[in-house]
Amino acid sequence: MSETRPDPKHGLALGGTVAGEPLLTLEDVHVSYGNIRAVRGISMEVRQGEIVTLIGANGAGKTTTLRAISRLIPIAQGRMSYRGRDLTRYPAHQVVGLGICHVPEGRGVFANLTVRENLMLATYSRRGKGDINQDLERVYSTFPRLAERRNQYAGTLSGGEQQMLAVGRALMTGGDLMLLDEPSMGLAPILVEEIFRILVEINRQGTTLLLVEQNARMALQIAHRAYVLETGAIRVSGPARELLDDPRVREAYLGA
Amino acid sequence: MQVQTSWISRWAVPLLVVAGFAVAWAIPRYQLINPYYELILMYVGINIMLTVSLNLVNGYMGEFSVGHAGFMAVGAYVASVLTMRVIPWDMAGYLYPLALIGGGIGAGVVALLVAIPSFRTRGDYLALVTLALNMIVKSVIENIDAVGGPRGFLVMLRLTNLPWVYVWVIVTLWVIRNFIYSNAGRGVLAIREDEVAAELIGVRTREVKLRAFIISAFFAGVAGGLYAHLLQFIHPRNFDILKSTEILIMVYLGGIGSMMGSVLGASIFTVLLEALRFMGVWRMALAPLLLVVLMILRPTGIMGLKEWRGLIPLDERLRLWRLRARKGGSASAAGN
Repeated sequence: MSETRPDPKHGLALGGTVAGEPLLTLEDVHVSYGNIRAVRGISMEVRQGEIVTLIGANGAGKTTTLRAISRLIPIAQGRMSYRGRDLTRYPAHQVVGLGICHVPEGRGVFANLTVRENLMLATYSRRGKGDINQDLERVYSTFPRLAERRNQYAGTLSGGEQQMLAVGRALMTGGDLMLLDEPSMGLAPILVEEIFRILVEINRQGTTLLLVEQNARMALQIAHRAYVLETGAIRVSGPARELLDDPRVREAYLGA
Repeated sequence: MQVQTSWISRWAVPLLVVAGFAVAWAIPRYQLINPYYELILMYVGINIMLTVSLNLVNGYMGEFSVGHAGFMAVGAYVASVLTMRVIPWDMAGYLYPLALIGGGIGAGVVALLVAIPSFRTRGDYLALVTLALNMIVKSVIENIDAVGGPRGFLVMLRLTNLPWVYVWVIVTLWVIRNFIYSNAGRGVLAIREDEVAAELIGVRTREVKLRAFIISAFFAGVAGGLYAHLLQFIHPRNFDILKSTEILIMVYLGGIGSMMGSVLGASIFTVLLEALRFMGVWRMALAPLLLVVLMILRPTGIMGLKEWRGLIPLDERLRLWRLRARKGGSASAAGN
């Protein structure tokens, strides 16, 4: 890795919990939709093994940031690198191959295909079919519900099960970094807890998570570090536990 | 887990194909049926090719292409020019398959030209572009005097016969089945369900769409060639929007995302139109009516995303059997 990586402006030292190589680095990233500047100079980094969360109100640019990372939308300015590789040089379908898997907002499961077909489709771009069955077993053991419903059409699953399927499908791509866009959206509180419990477990098994959430409290409880987005720029960042107690964050996002 | 497959299930489909060919060969050879029925059978075959190929784009991939007759026209004219002008007369009978493939390739090239700009956009745009293509192809042919322009083109050789139609129907079904159950075909299904999600799991959506579209156009072109050498007189008006609409009706009648559905849809529609010939032009009112009734009673078409298992590759079928066998035992989660 010859690329020099200057310290991101907002990246703070970890709370001593995890220490790993920087996996994903964003430097001064701008994204525009026509005249609207959705993201205005975000710099952040995600280190190996972390759970990093990106919280903020509606329209703060959280989803846009994730979509930019997986190259679904072009960036106007700035640099993005993953494991030292310039992300902007890859089209969306190749980003998966680099090891970034994206669980899109609204889950995006393939409704008219079965659970198993959904999971197997995720191996589409994988080279070598060697450990696919092992991964499938791993997904089934992480989500017993999916195992029970493996031959059911994904469209007939409940919202929570569809979210599990979306996460399971991302695991099946064999990526190291999972981008999650509002996994709690539209789910009952008990299911949200279930999903978050599983996310922690997935992280323990070695997958790094970048989590975008509106449910700031839940996100901050499981994350190591957090960035708070406001109108396209990072306002606050730091270890998640500190942000939980930060008066600015409490007032704006935790309602206390 | 090993599932015993009976001799019958393994060989049923190949045997059926061979038996079908024997029948298709024997009918004209020994004049087993009235030539009129034989003609209808050939139309059924050609329509099956058109329907299955359009189903690949509209049913499996979830796009909306409405100008399939345009590709058919290109195939018909290219194949006819090849047999009438390029290939020496005494060789035409032997080189007929090449002429048909040439027609298919011609249609494929046109599809590529259309697809490159139009697949940058989504959904409705493809419908508009293919609609325009259908009209453009028709107008272009009308303005090429070498192929008769608006007067039509006389194809002197009746090279299409029942065995040829049969062989091409089988080839179409076989190629499209294999495509759908290949990796790229899985990508096609993913695109239908959610294009963004498909991209996110690594499907090269543009490339996969292009491939499916070209395969679809190729078989429409071959069907056009068969049609031209059966009718022996082709005219730009044979390939107008009405023809495209007929193909669309057959696709949706049979059911999207099902090859068996397309086979049934094409057969039923073609035979019905012939059977109702006594009604004169009124039978044309029947097709839309049929579609309306169908959409009310069975909105997914006759087969509706289901597939006859004979059209599913054997290894997929084995997997399904294995699952069924497992259901009897423990359907429990796989624990590590």
